[in-house]
Amino acid sequence: MKILVPVKRVVDYNIKVLVKSDGTGVETAGLKMSMNPFDEIAVEEAVRLREKGSATEVIAVSIGVQQAQDTLRTAMAMGADRSILVLSEESPEPLAVAKVLKAIVEKEKPDLVFLGKQAIDDDMNATGQMLAGLLGWGQGTFASKVEIVDGRAEVTREVDGGTETVSLSVPAIVTADLRLNEPRYASLPNIMKAKKKPLETIQATDLGVDMTRRLTTVSVAEPPTRKAGIKVGSVAELVEKLRNEAKVI
Amino acid sequence: MTVLVLVETEAGQIRQASRSAITAATKLGDVHALVVGNAADAEAAATLAAKVPGVAKVLKAGADVLAHELAEPVADLIVSLAGDYSHIVAASTAVGKNVLPRAAALLDVQPIPDVMAIVDADTFVRPIYAGNALATVKSSDAKKVLTIRATNFDPAPAEGGSASVDAVNVTVQDTVSRFVSEHTPTSDRPELESARVIVSGGRGLGSAENFQSVLTPLADKLGAAIGASRVAVDSGYAENDCQVGQTGKIVAPELYIAVGISGAIQHLAGMKDSKVIVAINKDAEAPMLQVADYALVGDLFEVVPELAKAL
Repeated sequence: MKILVPVKRVVDYNIKVLVKSDGTGVETAGLKMSMNPFDEIAVEEAVRLREKGSATEVIAVSIGVQQAQDTLRTAMAMGADRSILVLSEESPEPLAVAKVLKAIVEKEKPDLVFLGKQAIDDDMNATGQMLAGLLGWGQGTFASKVEIVDGRAEVTREVDGGTETVSLSVPAIVTADLRLNEPRYASLPNIMKAKKKPLETIQATDLGVDMTRRLTTVSVAEPPTRKAGIKVGSVAELVEKLRNEAKVI
Repeated sequence: MTVLVLVETEAGQIRQASRSAITAATKLGDVHALVVGNAADAEAAATLAAKVPGVAKVLKAGADVLAHELAEPVADLIVSLAGDYSHIVAASTAVGKNVLPRAAALLDVQPIPDVMAIVDADTFVRPIYAGNALATVKSSDAKKVLTIRATNFDPAPAEGGSASVDAVNVTVQDTVSRFVSEHTPTSDRPELESARVIVSGGRGLGSAENFQSVLTPLADKLGAAIGASRVAVDSGYAENDCQVGQTGKIVAPELYIAVGISGAIQHLAGMKDSKVIVAINKDAEAPMLQVADYALVGDLFEVVPELAKAL
């Protein structure tokens, strides 16, 4: 069983981004970039399935600028066997990404595609679902548990009221939620080994995919900030304020 | 323009988030409400949807294949009905986020998730970077596919409308996915997303036992829902469906009481639209205190029981 894991290079999750003063976007120049945290979980899950013997090969793929190869090296240091870098402009839209991934899937013929449920930059939460739609495959989104049972993927999903388990025929798409696993840190020997693993580079345009954006960003603004209120000195004062000032109890 | 809204149901009732989606849709055009479920649920929900003011027509899709609102058959159904609709809308719920992007891909549309404001028929405001920036985006797609952030739109009222109900002939099949089971912890408390008051706990509680014993009496007094920070959920203090934040539930109650929650960005993104925020924390420097209307610095194990008693 072959698993494809798309990974995205994003601004590190520990960094609070700032909106550009001209309102055209957020300032990303010079910031630390890392693998999207949800994608790390997807890589970890794929590698664990290979270690358990359920999967035979884990292939990482990233779509974006040349520097995304660092993200792919991280995936290989975590245990992915090889990588594909699809060169395009930075952060293409999920529809375009899903079309590129469909082309890669048709070439590599994986049995499963594991993705993070969303990227923490554009917060779209769409690529996995869109790829599943384009391929006509089943989708196990927001997964907190994945098991291969009798050749089917049994996926426990985090839903609004709790969890739901679905059984998907393979090939299938799984998108990882936070509680699926805790990704490992790549060890130094594995980081060294990853440098020798194969990394293939192709152009998105060579796949015949139309990457044209459908959304234009008109402006980007800071969210309205909430002003800090007052410090109350006692429970009695708090209750008095909530009753008579805020009138919420 | 006519807008198709996917209306979610739960035990034959319309979910509040879907009422908010209806409100958003009425700003774009005439609203056709699509209710899905098994035959009985769809029937019951269609009757309710027809009474919602602003709904011009109800499309009732009742079939066993739709019983669990799985993405594969529901997306196919939406695509089969998409026809001349200018917009296809759902609430940004677990179901909406699962179904709509799939339908959008099949329609060759780039979906627009988590819409917070509608500027015009093509232009929408949505959060990026965990709500640290708000992007205004304009779509060039002929058809728009949107999920609506429910806390930004008032829920449409339950009564006052009288729409016609059309039964949809459901021909979609699902050959790739199958519902197995669900685990939905039951509780007498209000749902997080519709609660008037939320009492929410974080790392400061220290254990699952404390989480229950400290927060429950206060929540009982206030008739409140109980929420949790991601740390509290990851540490096993609370169930995952309690999580408030960018990666959990987005809430905007009248009163949000944050107990022992430091206020990580991703948590704030999920609750900072609450009308009144109270922070109870022993750390006077915690970020939560910077957004709280009323901050009480102190030991939560003393303060919270005292507060419950004083109410």
